[in-house]
Amino acid sequence: MALSFSPQARERIARLLPQYPTRMAACLPVLWVAQEEFGWLSAEAMRLVAAALELPESHVYSVVTFYTMYNRAPVGTYQIQVCTNVACMLRDAYQVLSRFERALEIKAGETTPDGTFTLTEVECLAACGTAPCVRVNERYHEPLRPEDVEALVARLRIEAPATRAAGPGSPMAGPGSPTPGRG
Amino acid sequence: MVRIVTQNFGNEQAKQLAGYEALGGYAGLRQALTLTPERIIEEMLASNLTGRGGAGFPAGKKWSFIPKDAATVYLVINADEGEPGTFKDRWLMYWDPHRLIEGACIAAYAIRAHRFYIYIRGELSRELRVLERAVAEAYERGYLGASMAGSGWAMDAVVHRGAGAYICGEETALLNSLEGKRGYPRLKPPYPALRGLFDQPTVVNNVETLMNVPTIIERGGHWFADLGLPGDGGTRAVALSGHVKNPGIYEVPVGTSLRAIIFEQGGGMREPSKPLKAVIPGGSSMPVLTADEIDVPYAFQSMLKAEQIREVEQSPGVKFRWGTGGTLRSMPGSGAVTVIEEGTCMVALCARIMRFYAHESCGQCTPCREGSGWLAQVCSRLARDQGAPGDVALLGRVAGQIGGNTICALGDAVTWPMLAFLTKFRGEFEAKEARGAG
Repeated sequence: MALSFSPQARERIARLLPQYPTRMAACLPVLWVAQEEFGWLSAEAMRLVAAALELPESHVYSVVTFYTMYNRAPVGTYQIQVCTNVACMLRDAYQVLSRFERALEIKAGETTPDGTFTLTEVECLAACGTAPCVRVNERYHEPLRPEDVEALVARLRIEAPATRAAGPGSPMAGPGSPTPGRG
Repeated sequence: MVRIVTQNFGNEQAKQLAGYEALGGYAGLRQALTLTPERIIEEMLASNLTGRGGAGFPAGKKWSFIPKDAATVYLVINADEGEPGTFKDRWLMYWDPHRLIEGACIAAYAIRAHRFYIYIRGELSRELRVLERAVAEAYERGYLGASMAGSGWAMDAVVHRGAGAYICGEETALLNSLEGKRGYPRLKPPYPALRGLFDQPTVVNNVETLMNVPTIIERGGHWFADLGLPGDGGTRAVALSGHVKNPGIYEVPVGTSLRAIIFEQGGGMREPSKPLKAVIPGGSSMPVLTADEIDVPYAFQSMLKAEQIREVEQSPGVKFRWGTGGTLRSMPGSGAVTVIEEGTCMVALCARIMRFYAHESCGQCTPCREGSGWLAQVCSRLARDQGAPGDVALLGRVAGQIGGNTICALGDAVTWPMLAFLTKFRGEFEAKEARGAG
């Protein structure tokens, strides 16, 4: 089945274009729309974006491959991103990471066989004052100490949708609920 | 203690436009609109506000470079906070989004721009929503739109989401990214003030920098300047993290000593039994300081001049020549202070920092792309006790050839911390090398 943008996505793209003097400048925002729509950016999704913006496919590909947040392969329902940079490292981030690896029985960079969890080690998330920080989809957990890992994984398993959604209703769809912050 | 940019922390009301107005919000914008753009820039110059993003360039001066007769001018807000250790802008946007919008409106009016873009880091989903809501509120109330606060001056705001690339915090990489390209830094000159976004004159300012602007207009540039040091006015939102008892954001007058920030504001060390070993003073690209180097005012000029900061050796007997021939000093950079306690392996820490820069190097310039990767590899093998004889000397040689030889400052961001770690904690590196060879 050929990929196409939903009417809602087309409407969002139409609203984005007037915000920039060139079509190319809408490249990142439209890629976000595509990723929220399809869950990840396949070659076909990139071709759609290129067509929508009248850009060479090679340009869109060059952009997608430059930024870390565009998924070039399907990801789990939950993307668990563990920051291990300086401030988090000083507060046991590597223990947090290994507790996740143990609890999920995968290594950083992998996805669980049932497609529920993708675990990645990431760079500074700008949460150094509340280290160690873990980002699950759109939501920060700060601090998330090593001893909190198993409980979080158990809770996410319970909350996970029973069937793995493909296409619309993808892992990235919908905003997560904002965490109450500490100033 | 005067609090400017953090005054609304913890106040949920301030996040809504009505609450912000009730606290006196947008009065600075109204006042600014009774002045000419030239007057505003004069006030900014008098305030001695220096850029809070890392480089510390005087903000008023940056604005004054914009040609007066340019047809199209842009203001871009750099909210791509990514320097390890730095987390102030995230909280500033979260608690006080309207202060950022108000500051941006004043800045845009002063440089005669009709549109500003807020380039926010892709990971900051929550802050993205906060800002988008605040921008929508500002349009509804007429602070944005066809006639900013009834002045007849049109002002549009666009919140633009990045997609994960530390280098996009570098202003010219940010502009390329905003144009829908890879985030490759541009050669300077031409500077953005002449040819920036879409080839038009552009000012790029950090979040915290702009959040000071409404107060500068209301209280006057001289009032703001008097809070700080000569040439470096106001307060700084210092982001304190690491092995400190009370991590968090502390707004202090520019020039407060680094020791006071850590021990008075931050409550000292997390474990009283583990004394202070080192401090990374301004985000991980800034040269590390030892425990006896923190009696220094936390300000650009003071830290650059501080006599107690030793000269850096690239290799034994070879002094690192930096910029105009001076030796390597440190800087407050992005206002991020990372506290490190006794017992921390500095080689492992340095390896982690190098891995970050290797990962984030955009790849345009060979010295940075290759050098950062090699430094990360060599540091990592030393940290794992698998170093080879000559590794420590190799680190010094490679590090000394990166900074200054690249398009943007990421090269310096590799060289400075590497050489500082190597000089100040050389014994640890040498011990690691010996263990690898054993």
